Order: sequence, then structure tokens, then C-alpha cells
Amino acid sequence: MTDKDKKIKTEFIASLVRLYGKDRSSLLPVLQEFQKKFRYIDEYSQQEIADALSIHPVEVNSIISFYAFLYDKPRGKHTIRICKNIVCKFHGNKELSKFMEKKVSEFNKDKSEESKITIEYVNCIGLCDRSPSMLVDEKVYEKINPHNAEAILEELS
Amino acid sequence: MNTMEKTLRSPVSQRPHEIKKTDQLTGIGAEVSIELNGIKMKVPIGKTILEICRDNNIHIPTLCYHEDLCIAGNCRLCLVEIEGMRTLQTSCSFPVTSPIKIKTFSDKVRKARKHIVGLMLSEHYGECYSCVRNNNCELQSLAREYGIDNYEFGHICSPRYNVDKSSQAVIRDMDKCILCRRCVRTCIDLQEVGVLEAVNRGYDTKISTFMDKPLADVVCINCGQCINRCPTAALHANDPSDEIWKAIEDPEKHVILQTAPSPRASLGEEFGLPPGHSMTGQLNTAARRMGFDRVFDTNFSADLTIMEEGTELLNRLRKALVEKDTSVRLPQFTSCSPGWIKFIEHFYPEYLDYLSTAKSPQQMFGSVIKTFYADESGIDPANIVNVALMPCAAKKFECNRPEMNSSGFKDIDYGLTTREMAKMIREAGLVLPDLPKSGFDDPFGEASGAGLIFGSTGGVMEAALRTVYELVTGRVVPFKNLNIEVCRGMKGIKEASVKLENCRPEFSFLEGIDLKFIVAHGTANAKVVMDMLKNGELKDYHFVEIMACPGGCIGGGGQPIPTSESIRKLRAKAIYEEEAGLPVRKSHENPHIKYIYEKFLKDGPCGKLSHKLLHTHYVKRGKFIN
Repeated sequence: MTDKDKKIKTEFIASLVRLYGKDRSSLLPVLQEFQKKFRYIDEYSQQEIADALSIHPVEVNSIISFYAFLYDKPRGKHTIRICKNIVCKFHGNKELSKFMEKKVSEFNKDKSEESKITIEYVNCIGLCDRSPSMLVDEKVYEKINPHNAEAILEELS
Repeated sequence: MNTMEKTLRSPVSQRPHEIKKTDQLTGIGAEVSIELNGIKMKVPIGKTILEICRDNNIHIPTLCYHEDLCIAGNCRLCLVEIEGMRTLQTSCSFPVTSPIKIKTFSDKVRKARKHIVGLMLSEHYGECYSCVRNNNCELQSLAREYGIDNYEFGHICSPRYNVDKSSQAVIRDMDKCILCRRCVRTCIDLQEVGVLEAVNRGYDTKISTFMDKPLADVVCINCGQCINRCPTAALHANDPSDEIWKAIEDPEKHVILQTAPSPRASLGEEFGLPPGHSMTGQLNTAARRMGFDRVFDTNFSADLTIMEEGTELLNRLRKALVEKDTSVRLPQFTSCSPGWIKFIEHFYPEYLDYLSTAKSPQQMFGSVIKTFYADESGIDPANIVNVALMPCAAKKFECNRPEMNSSGFKDIDYGLTTREMAKMIREAGLVLPDLPKSGFDDPFGEASGAGLIFGSTGGVMEAALRTVYELVTGRVVPFKNLNIEVCRGMKGIKEASVKLENCRPEFSFLEGIDLKFIVAHGTANAKVVMDMLKNGELKDYHFVEIMACPGGCIGGGGQPIPTSESIRKLRAKAIYEEEAGLPVRKSHENPHIKYIYEKFLKDGPCGKLSHKLLHTHYVKRGKFIN
């Protein structure tokens, strides 16, 4: 990371802390906002956030590791979260995930780290009646089959 | 069936517990009558069930509970049954507010506790006989208490984690961890260092450092308080005893043991004695029988530290008051505690100039032994092996600091904790309390009481005041029997002052000055003091003593387990009692100190040679990790 990147991140964190208040309880909103902008929370920024909120870096790290939607490792531009709940499994989640993985690996070929798509398997997202279901970034997709999945992927590129 | 039960659709188990009214609720301090195992009694409102049980000599098993730490309630072992409640309740976190009936050993309770121990054992890798905490492990004793004779829930047979041996002081073996989070609370709340925290969720939960880095790379100050709180061997000290045995057996090597006052006050605990028995004489005999060539008293170099640090303080005062030198930093902070040194290097690196440059007594002794003693006794310093018996885990780190070689050799070769010394004595087949007493070896055979009280919080300050006051005024400190009571006791931060009057002519610049000082122990309190310094609140203070561990060295990370507030008080009492009976109680009156300044450090305290051998410099570490 260059000094310029560091400066941008530090300033952004400072503005978030001004917005949410210099308090332990601002940690989650700060982390969410930060991740929205930079996609993941790197080591440097974790320490900066801890410093800005007067807590310990390891506490920030602990919170990030606890929540499935916060990341401390780089990820692609988009995240697809496929539900792995039993109902989705009954409704063809296996075929769907096989298809998605194949398509996404094709999509990720020759792409820079940042514009890649990441696939994740998550526990129930509460759409059992419309299974199989998945989340693409923050958008919900229901009753997916290979056919409409392809259209969703095309939308992403 | 009443109407409420009829109308509610929720099952009985999920309905709210109805709280009965207390007999006379007038707030905190009021009493409530409860029934504990069928015995009726009145207890103050707000007291937890665990406290009530302990008051009534009822043993409740605990793992996450520790006297020094805040309540967590996560090990679930202290469960008790409360009549009318659906689930068992954790007694450590249940304040009594209503007239309840408690059962502490009903069938349900015993079964639950047994299951909890069984579940902990299912993920607890390793066998007791190959464990450093064998026979002093809280999990092991609970397994015995609840009659665990088989692994009901299975037993993990291969390690899940790598052992982190990166640190010179603390070894982390997460396979032994039962996730009680005592270390987390110790590190974050008690010491405010913040190295350890639980990461991940559910089965994957583990105690980790920042980004799972090796302990040597994070801001750990090596105080070892986590070791002292750990119920199992998940955290233990780096044990050099094998190397020491090897050195003892090598006829070429001249192995010297120096013993600090705090381990002597606590070593008896390792041999079944109650806290508060000083083992100084017995330990000397034990060390000789084990094959150490010489046994010296660290108190001697504590006296040396007082001479150096006291002189440094007077020099700083002179520079600031007479020469109006603005680069002089006051108050002067003590530098005896290696945990505190690393704490300030990490968290307040911009204030390193405030630290006294004097080395800790351990390191001073190391360089004196490998220069002065080696010369006098005609032994090649290369063949001298310096072992320091310390109450401290951080001393292991300190002796390995690269700058600690002013004698031309590694000043101190090994730092040994009280627990490891006890292990070595047991290995040698000696029963410490039964041994005859013997004295220390010459030429450092005698130390003053001032050096002895270094072990307790406030001791360095007390010792320094006795010397500084007398140097400046020519009279003894104006306290009864030399006991400066304001320095003593377990209060987190103590402040006081001594007025300097009728000074000697060479110290006339100090005439009428109130010498103000602060004593703090535990790095959480150190942080408060440092923030005061940051805010400019310490401008008219002169001297600050800080010890990294709660209670000072007697509560150090290398001391016998368990250590708690009451045990620390007893150890401190042992030290002060031993001190009161000593013939010499002021550092500058120690004849051996006079001798070394006459014969060896000829240009006096803070002179050129003492600067080379007895003083050091610090590293700006900062808290950011790359």
C-alpha cells in the first residue's frame, strides 16, 4: 500500500468517526461504511480504526471475524452468496452451485483481482419458499435455475 | 391453571419467570431471605450467588471466574438450580434480588457440570502427564471432582493449532485452550494491553492475536499475567531449565544464581505452604545443593539501582532548577519493570525520555558479575552463566534484548520464573521447606532492606526516598521506623509528597521543595498516569514508580498460580516483615555498595563507567504492526 492510499484511508476513517462518534459502539457502522467503499478492511485500516476509536486492533479484528459480512481479506467486485440450507438443497442447489462455479471461474479468467466475482455458501437467508435462492451483493434472487442465473451473471459484467 | 397460562400460546418453558417481591426492598444494602441448599439465611441484595456460596463454605466450581477480572459467565460451570426457573443459572453472574431457593448440587446441576467438563475435554488436546500444568490445572481438578472416567463426548486426538513459540516469554498452545477468556479479560481490562481476543464464531472460535500474528510480532509486553490467569496450560512461560541444568553439569561453567525478593516470598506456595512465608535461607541451601556455584542477592543490585536512579533524579532536578535546562524531562519514571518498559515503548514511544536510563536490577547485576566479579575472582566472564530467578515473564525478554551486553557478553543468560525454579528444586529431589537456612555468597552477600521491598508496589519509591532524602538533607526520612506507609498498599495509583527542608549546601536548590511522587501498578493504571502526563497534569511531579504487574513483582507473571489480590497482600506482608528485621535498611548504607563505588565504579553513581555498565537506552516501537 502506498502512502497516498494510506492517507486516503486514514482520512476516510476520520470522517466516519466524526460522523458516528468516537465511541466503541460506532465500530460496526464504521466498519460497514469502510467496507462499502474499499470492499474489505485491511490490516492497516483495522489498526487505524482501532486507534481512532481508542480500542485495541485485536478487538476490531475479533468483530470482523465474528460477522460473516465483514472481511479482512481482499475480495472481488461482486459477491454471490448461495444459500446452502436444506430446502434450497431439495430444490436443486447442487446443480445451481455447480453451474455457478463453472460460469464464475470462466468469468474470473484474465480478470484483475478487483473485478473478480467471489462465490460463498451461506446459511439460510430466509427464502425457503422461493428456493433455491441467493444474494448477489445486496440484491436477492429467488427460484434460480441455470437459465436465469446466466442472465444475472451477464448483468454483473 | 390460571388465566395467563391458558391464554398464552407459548410453551411453559418459554414463559417469563415471575419474580417474587422481596420482603423489605429499600435499595442496596437491604437484605433478602433466601434458601441455600435448604438452609434459610439473609443476604444483602445484589450479592451474587457465587459470593454467597463462598461466604458459606460451599464450593462452586468455576473456570472463567477470577477474583481479579470482571465477570464473564461463559464457562457455565458454576451453574446452580433456582426453584421455579426453567434453566440452570450461572451463580457468578446472578445477583440475588428476590427470595429464591437455590440448590447447588442437585442431580440436574451435577449432570450439567459433568457434561460441560466432558465437552471441554472433548476438544482439549493432549494428555495430562505431558503437560506443564500437570497437578496445577483447574480443568484437571474439575475432571477429578466430577468423576470423569471416560471421554463421554469423545476426545480430540490430533492437534488443531500450531504452538506459538515465537515469544521469548510466553508460549501459546491453543489446543489446550478452553475459551474461558480469562486471558482476554486480563490483557484488555486488567492490563489494557489488548493483545488477545476471541476470533471467529462457534466451533471455530479461538483466542488469537491481531490477524493471528506470532506473539513476538504484536504489542505483547510479556508481563505474563495471562499465564497466571490461565486455568490450563494454553499459556505458559518459556522454560529454560534444561539449558540451566546443562550449564550446571558443565564443569567449565561457573553458574551464578541471583534471586529476587518476590520469588523468595512466594516459592513456599509451590511446596504447599500458605502464602506469606519467606524462603530466602532455604532457597540458598537448595541452590547450592543443586549445583549453582554462587548464590547472590538481587537486592544488592536493587541497592545499586537506587543509587543510580536516585542520583539521576537529583541530576535531573539540578539541571532543571539550576541550569534551567528545558530538555530535561521530569517527572522521572522508574525503569525496573521490563513489562512497563515494553509498554511505554509500544504505546507512548514519544515519552521515552522521561524514563530513567538505569537498567533493571537484574541486568545491572549481570553486567557487574561479568566485569567486576569476574575480575575479582579471576574467572573468565565467557565461562560465567548468569541465571536470574525472577517473579517475571518479561525478564526473559529483557535478558535477550540485543543492547543488554555492556559487559561484552550477554549480561544475563537465563531468566527463570518462580514456578520453573520450584520445578527444578523438585527435580533435584529437595523439599524446600525442610532445608536448613543459609546466607548469600560474598562479595555481594549483604543487601539492604530497601532492595528487598522492591518486590512490592511502592517499594522502589520507598527505597529511593530513604536514600534521596538522606543525601539531600543529611537526615533520615521523617517517617516512623523508616516505613513510608503512603507508598504501601494495593491502591492502583498512590500520590504523596515529602518536603525537603534544611538541605545540605550542595542541594540548596531543593530547599523548601515538595518532592511529589506517584506510585502506580498494573499497566492499566500506568496508562492513566501516562494520559495525565500527556495532558500536562504531571508538571509539578518529580518521580513516578510504575510496575507492570498488579501488586508489583509479588504479583508477577512468573509467580505461583493462583495469584489473587489476597495472596498478593500476604506476599507483600512477608516482604515487609522480613525487611523490618534487617540491620541495614537504606541502600546507600549497604557496605558492599560503598565497596563497589570505592573499588570499581570509581567515578560514582551516574559516572562514566556506571553509564556504560548500568545504564541503557530504549527503542521506539510504536503500536502499529506492519
